[in-house]
Amino acid sequence: MKGLPPVLITAIVLVAGFVLCAVQFPNIASTRVVGNLLTDNAFLGIVATGMTFVIISGGIDLSVGSVIGFTTVFVALAIDRWGMPPLVAFVAILALSAAFGAAMGAVIHVFDLPPFIVTLAGMFLARGASFLLSTESVPITAPVYSTVSDFALRMPGGGRLTAIAIIMLVIVIGGALLLHLTRFGANVYALGGSRAAASLMGVAVGKMTVKIYMLSSLLAGIAGIVFSFYTSAGYSLSAVGVELDTIAAVVIGGTLLTGGQGSVIGTFLGVLIQGLIQTYINFDGTLSSWWTKIATGVLLFAFIALQQGLVALARRPVRKSLGAAT
Amino acid sequence: MENSPDSAPPLLEVRGISKSFGAVRALQEVDFTLRAGEIHALLGENGAGKSTLIKVVTGVFPRDAGIVRIGGEEIAPRAAKAALAAGIATVYQEVNLLPNLSVAQNLFLDRQPMRFGIVRESDMRRRAKALLADFGLDIDVAALLGSYSVAIQHVTAIARAVDLSARVLILDEPTASLDRHEVEILFGIMRQLAKRGIGIVFVSHFLDQVYEISDRITVLRNGRLVGERETGSLPRLELIRMMLGRELAETTSARASAGEHRAREVCASFENYGKAGYVAPFNLELRHGEVVGLAGLLGSGRTETARLVFGAERADGGLARVEGAPVRLQSPRDGVRHGFGYCPEERKTDGIVAELTVRENIVLALQAKRGLHRPLSRREQDEIARRYVKMLDIRPADPERPVGLLSGGNQQKVLLARWLATSPRLLVLDEPTRGIDVGAHAEIIRLIRELCDDGLSLLVISSELDEIVTYSDRVVVLRDRAHVEELAGEAIDVGNILAAIAADGAAAAHEAHA
Repeated sequence: MKGLPPVLITAIVLVAGFVLCAVQFPNIASTRVVGNLLTDNAFLGIVATGMTFVIISGGIDLSVGSVIGFTTVFVALAIDRWGMPPLVAFVAILALSAAFGAAMGAVIHVFDLPPFIVTLAGMFLARGASFLLSTESVPITAPVYSTVSDFALRMPGGGRLTAIAIIMLVIVIGGALLLHLTRFGANVYALGGSRAAASLMGVAVGKMTVKIYMLSSLLAGIAGIVFSFYTSAGYSLSAVGVELDTIAAVVIGGTLLTGGQGSVIGTFLGVLIQGLIQTYINFDGTLSSWWTKIATGVLLFAFIALQQGLVALARRPVRKSLGAAT
Repeated sequence: MENSPDSAPPLLEVRGISKSFGAVRALQEVDFTLRAGEIHALLGENGAGKSTLIKVVTGVFPRDAGIVRIGGEEIAPRAAKAALAAGIATVYQEVNLLPNLSVAQNLFLDRQPMRFGIVRESDMRRRAKALLADFGLDIDVAALLGSYSVAIQHVTAIARAVDLSARVLILDEPTASLDRHEVEILFGIMRQLAKRGIGIVFVSHFLDQVYEISDRITVLRNGRLVGERETGSLPRLELIRMMLGRELAETTSARASAGEHRAREVCASFENYGKAGYVAPFNLELRHGEVVGLAGLLGSGRTETARLVFGAERADGGLARVEGAPVRLQSPRDGVRHGFGYCPEERKTDGIVAELTVRENIVLALQAKRGLHRPLSRREQDEIARRYVKMLDIRPADPERPVGLLSGGNQQKVLLARWLATSPRLLVLDEPTRGIDVGAHAEIIRLIRELCDDGLSLLVISSELDEIVTYSDRVVVLRDRAHVEELAGEAIDVGNILAAIAADGAAAAHEAHA
């Protein structure tokens, strides 16, 4: 790797941003704020991990926001109205969302359709289904919810590392290991490089496609459960537009939108940058929260421009010729 | 290898394979037999059906009829994976690896050494390094494949196929981008593999190499089997006759007298033109009706010179003139505006648009030159396409066929047609005959001469010294990214070019297969 890898640039932006915020509001530099930042963005970190796999493989998954919404409604109804034990409800919804993702992956592969269209259809389907279940916000009163919400590891400085933040960190680390250390991960990059070449080299392209979208939807399901812990309610309008925040986090994290390059760690940093902007606006108090979107938009634009520059650079030189014929 | 008694079933047996694409019959009842431990050359002109046969055997295309047996056992490979499992590994002409992965990952994709579900990266790198060392390659296997030259990428592809413990290894034009030294290394490995009982199918248009390495030869023509012979008992002339179905016209037609061209008008000239770290400043004069050949080793600065001339790369010094007037060449657009055309070496990635039809590919440059607000009518397009399909004898003669379905030689002709349609004054051809076989070679060379007689100025890059000698009025020799010698008239012969290339003692590595 020559030059500055995109992930490093993301890290520098995050650190610089954090320092700037801390200069203006010294209180930001506390474990309390960091703990809240992780908790508030737990669901985003989880779903963005899945999205990273999808985008590196050269695809896109627009359905994740709707899957989160559906999950919260399903879980709330299952526990509070249908009397399911919470654990059974969780297993059921995870199986359901995994199957949903697998179906989208299968459609993409078998009919050779653009992932954009297929997951767009999935987005409407899942959102529509959640309205079908309930149009109102359904509060969740099960005792497990208050137990989990109350659970937190104390960090030095008074910060709380909540259960959902821990779940998110575990998934991010697990996702990074899966992507960088396993055969599955290598195949994800292979698909993003060239589906045709990967297929000729013996990669089971169809199975991989199904698995990748299955993983994304499964993580969206987990994100939905986490979101329901976060809000203690299920609502069919929750997480509208989250798929776009997710894609933004992935791209800011240095993953190439055209596939073939990227990392889960970068995505995690991208999520933190978005969270940091939100935190800054909360501290300021006078700014409208929509500034988060504007700042994200500017950052996204800057990163895409940066990536294009890097790609152009990478295409130019040839490292070395063969043997005597240099 | 003489260790194949006729009683044992052949390693790979193909019987009565047929395959059609729409109305075009690409293969008709073709038989092919590969014995264990032999190197078997598969030859034929462009469009003879070699690539189709390979793709049918490896399961990339489903076959319409016929049987494929390995070791006497019938197999029905439907996907590349199934063919791999049956022991057939293929290295295609155009590198089909993943430039965004490391060299090591490319070598071991889908079969990485694992422990507890984790890829053992260090072990994989060590094995990758050892594997490439067999091919005389010592590179950083952790670096991205895309950061290496095409030659290294090709060797990596071959190494991967060899390492797949294949029983049948199909090499489709493996030597096209290798220099002489690399070819020797590859041949050494092929012989070693054959000794181990692997059957190798060798597709190449370098007849010298075919005679050097192969035990037997199978020739296809127009989708049909012409015959199968022992290499040792097949005279070259007979082989060419089998491939072409006609006596090969003498390709080394006499050059027009060089003195006459001295008087011709200068079309474009370059003084002290160059770019630091790219190619050293050079002087170059291109005259109307003249072919200037660029000769040199791979990486000597031939393509770089061509790109500077066309404007694909910006010079950082020197003066360019077109018809005597100073011009700025800062982008391909400038080149096109001044009437230049450029057919690059990498047809697949830099030239043709595979999904578009022959017609659309041909009108592409002309439309770009005219601008979007003056679209060519469909009738004009049809007219242009029909004219060039006929003039260049593009086959099949169907302007509405996607270019991706044409053979390499015909794709090259489509590229030529694209630029000819813009009525250029200068055409730059980078390796116009690469990956193209004998018959089309002669045809392209004939075309080059004809174009030149019509007043076009041509700058041609080629690794085939015999060819350059045949059509060039002048030859510029490059070495180490600098123009070192210009030959004209009687001085143009293979020996002089080699002497100029080898002036610093690097003669052994010359890539020309002359």
